[in-house]
Parts: sequence; structure tokens; C-alpha cells
Amino acid sequence: MNLPAIWAIYLYEMKRFFRTLMESLLSPVISTSLYFVVFGAAIGSRIDEVEGVSYGAFIVPGLIMLSVMTQAISNASFGIYFPKFIGTIFELLSAPVNFLEIVLGYVGAAATKSLLIGIVILITAGFFVDIQIMHPWAMIAFLLLTCISFSLFGFIIGIWAENFQQLQLIPLLVITPLVFLGGAFYSISMLPESWQSVALFNPVVYLVSGFRWSFFGVADVGVGWSLLAIAAFTGICMGVVWWIFKTGYRIKS
Amino acid sequence: MTAIVDVQNMGKVYDGGFTALKDVSLQIKEGEIIALLGPNGAGKTTLISALCGIVTPSSGRATVGGHDVVSGYRKARAMIGLVPQEIALEPFEKVINTVRFSRGLFGKTRNDALIEKILRQLSLWDKRNARIRELSGGMKRRVLIAKALCHEPRVLFLDEPTAGVDVELRRDMWQIVEELRKSGVTIILTTHYIEEAEAIADRIAVINKGQILLVEPKADLMARMGSKTLRIDLNEALDGVPPALADYALVLGEGGRSLSYTYDATGERTGITRLLSALAAEGLALRDIQTTQSSLEEIFVGLIKEGAA
Repeated sequence: MNLPAIWAIYLYEMKRFFRTLMESLLSPVISTSLYFVVFGAAIGSRIDEVEGVSYGAFIVPGLIMLSVMTQAISNASFGIYFPKFIGTIFELLSAPVNFLEIVLGYVGAAATKSLLIGIVILITAGFFVDIQIMHPWAMIAFLLLTCISFSLFGFIIGIWAENFQQLQLIPLLVITPLVFLGGAFYSISMLPESWQSVALFNPVVYLVSGFRWSFFGVADVGVGWSLLAIAAFTGICMGVVWWIFKTGYRIKS
Repeated sequence: MTAIVDVQNMGKVYDGGFTALKDVSLQIKEGEIIALLGPNGAGKTTLISALCGIVTPSSGRATVGGHDVVSGYRKARAMIGLVPQEIALEPFEKVINTVRFSRGLFGKTRNDALIEKILRQLSLWDKRNARIRELSGGMKRRVLIAKALCHEPRVLFLDEPTAGVDVELRRDMWQIVEELRKSGVTIILTTHYIEEAEAIADRIAVINKGQILLVEPKADLMARMGSKTLRIDLNEALDGVPPALADYALVLGEGGRSLSYTYDATGERTGITRLLSALAAEGLALRDIQTTQSSLEEIFVGLIKEGAA
């Protein structure tokens, strides 16, 4: 294992994050605050409680998930797309590194960045509502797994994308709608019965539900199902990444 | 001397069906500078890319330092430094950071003293904290060289290192290459600037349409294939070549004041003595004589034409 290489890639990516620290952290903090103002204060004041939790607190896990997923995808996809775009990918391909090491460097950095953003949002939320974390270890585990799996997914998008439009396509057209429809701001049980069945096909429902359970002990689906869903998603992403590097898809001719 | 780079029957057919390399075999000796000469699209970059791991060869095999470039890629690539044709650098990064990154990528621990030495050697030390986007094109090329050297490679591939750079920088680059050779680095240089190969290479490999046409020491190549021209300046202008000199295939220069005679310098008889006697017999007074050897460029163009025929 070429550990210095993994560390070099990881550090290089993290430096980019810290170079644009204000943009990297300020934007999620501002958008989270806006969500709290709109959903927590304006709309939330008309909703008493959801499943025994104040509405303001209820949306915290969903908000964290929303940011973590989108940031993990955008950081990881940009991280590997940028060297492709400017041509510096040659350096990775001609270095004595294997594909696992490349993935560990890029995905590790993207997962760290999204984890930091998740923590910042959690702290920001603390200024608006009282937050209790009933199962802290489970919360950390769900957060970490989400950071890793969605960074892997972002890495795949970054390899697949051939231009900046494609880089934005999946986060905008797939992820954001899935998160909004995935119970980030409401409980699935609040939907009409037929829509509840449809919602169960949305993988994000399982992630938000599991994550919310770690906070409040209430969930839309069983925690076991949530863990299974995120494990399956991670497994699929790992399989695709393995295939990409085996075939050299869009990186090597 | 054993070959540090050994390419055996390598072929590359791209997905679209384009054949970039056909049965290429090439042995490069440790410590030499070899120039891969060929027109655009000849296969020079593909050959380098296949050796460095950027493209996968379709057939054949190659070793660097005895390590197979596919099955033993870690050891093979650790010995290689690559300076690509295109200037590919992250514009927002500092010079020193991008060089440190390259060293790390090759599995080497941080060595600030070495990086300082390389940056000083390349006149980049003063610019170490400058962002890449602030540098001129020539400086960016130097950064690429620094990145390729920072992990102490034994084999350096320079893919068109002086493409699009001014004459002064080109000469600086040759100087750098010469210093690298002195430190024992084997250099494989691709270029379509003949004068570059002529100035710095020990051996020349000519490649065209994915095939190696020849590999020879530069001096041998020029001696073997180089014809010489004798130019005779005359005191008085001529209207035409005198009929008595027709056998010598002389070319009358502009204004009729010179005659050019081309001969094989390596032949047993050059015909010069007979020609000079014939000129004297014709009563032509000579003002000056000089000889010029055909350049590598002329040899190269001749080879490419031959290959196309």
C-alpha cells in the first residue's frame, strides 16, 4: 500500500477545501439558517410536534443529511473531475499507485469535508433549537456511512461527467428531489397511504429515517432496514468504482 | 550495456480502431539521451503513454529497469519521470505544493532539501510560493520538469518539452537536459524539432505511422546518410553549366556566380579532385570553396518520404 500517495492526494484535496474555507462553510451555514427561518420559524410555528418532537428539532437530521449528501457528491465529483478537465490526471495514472489508493485519497477527503460540514450544521442548528442525541454512536455511524457512500457516488459522477453540466446534472435532477421527497422535512406517516408505499422506494427515506432515529428514537422504517439500505448503497458504489478502474472507463484508453 | 527500457513488439489500437503503434521494439541504454523523432500523429506520445501507464498497450510488452510496465507497474513507474506535452497544472496551487504533491504521489517522504535543489536548478526557487496561474508558459514547463524530477527518477520522458517555447528557453532546456544526463538520468525525448535532436541526443529513433523506421547513433546516422555539398564561388558569372562538366550534375547558383556539387562523403571517391581539375581545364577562376553537410532534418524528411513510398 502506497500510504504517502494516499496522504498526498488527501492533503492536496483538503488544502483546496481550506483555501476556500469561507465559501465551503459559510454557504451551508447560511442555507441551513434560512431553512430554519422558513421551515422552523415561519411554517414550524404552525406545526406543534411531529411524532412527539418539536418541528424545529425534527427537521435537523434531515437538514444535515441534505447538506452532507449534496456536499459529499459535489466535493468528490469535482475532486476527480477537475484533474480530468485540466489534464493533470496523467500524473495519477503514471504514478505507482493503484486504484484503491486513488479512491481512498479522493473519497477520504470528500467524506472528511462533508463530515465537517455536517458537524458545522449540527452546531448551527443548536443556535435555533434544542437538540438531543439519543443514540450518539449510531448518529456518528450513520453520518460517517452517508459521507463515505455519497462521496463514492460523487466520485463515480466525476469520472462519468464529460463537462461541467453533467457534473451538476445528477445532484440537481436526482439527489435534491430524492432528499426533499425522502422525509427530510416531514414524516412519511404524514403522507397519504398510497404515497407512503411509493416513498419506500426512495433510498433516501431509509437514510433520513435511520439518522433521525439516532437523534429522537423515532423512525419511519426500522433501523435495521436503514443500515441495510446504506450498506447496500455503499456496496453498489464500491462495485461500480471497482469496475471503472478495472475497465479504465473514461480515464484510460 | 543493459537496456533500462526494453520495448518488445508493442502495439496499440485505440477503441475507435486507430492503430497508433505497430509492433514497436526499442531498447534504450542506461544514461543515454535518445530522441524519438517523428511528425505529428506518428505515435511518439502513445509510446511514452504506454510505458508510463496512461494508455494500456494492446499487444507486446515493455520493461523499465527490468520491471514489466503492466504487471510490475509500481516498481517500473517509480523509476519514471514524465514531462507531458501539454502544460497540465492546477492553476490555483503554489509551485512548491504541487512539487511536494508529486513526490508524495510516488510514495516518497517529504524532502525539502531535495525539492529546494531541484527548484534552484530550474530557476524556480524564487517563484516557489507563486501560484501556477501567475507563471509564464516557460516557467510552467519548468514546474512540470520539477514535478517529474522530484521523486528522483532514473528514466525521464520529455514529451515535446520545447513545443511552443522561445529560442532562449529552448536552449536553457537543453542545458538542463545535459545536466540531468551528467547525473546519470536516462532521457527519452520526443520532438519534431530536428535541431533539438541534433543538438542533444546520443541516438535517434525515427517513428512514423506507429512504426520505428530506424534507431541509430546520431553521428552514425548523419555520417551514413548525410551527403555533403561543395559550393564553388566563381570570379565571373556563367550563363550555364559548361557541357564538359555535365557529368558532375552541378547546380548553377543564382546570378551564375556559384556551382554546387553534391557527393557522398563516406564514399571511396568523392570526385572532388577530378572536378577541380575539370574546372581548371575549363579556365574557370575560383574565388572561394566551402562544404556543408546535410542536416538531420533533410535526412528525416528523406526517411519519412521513403516510408510513405
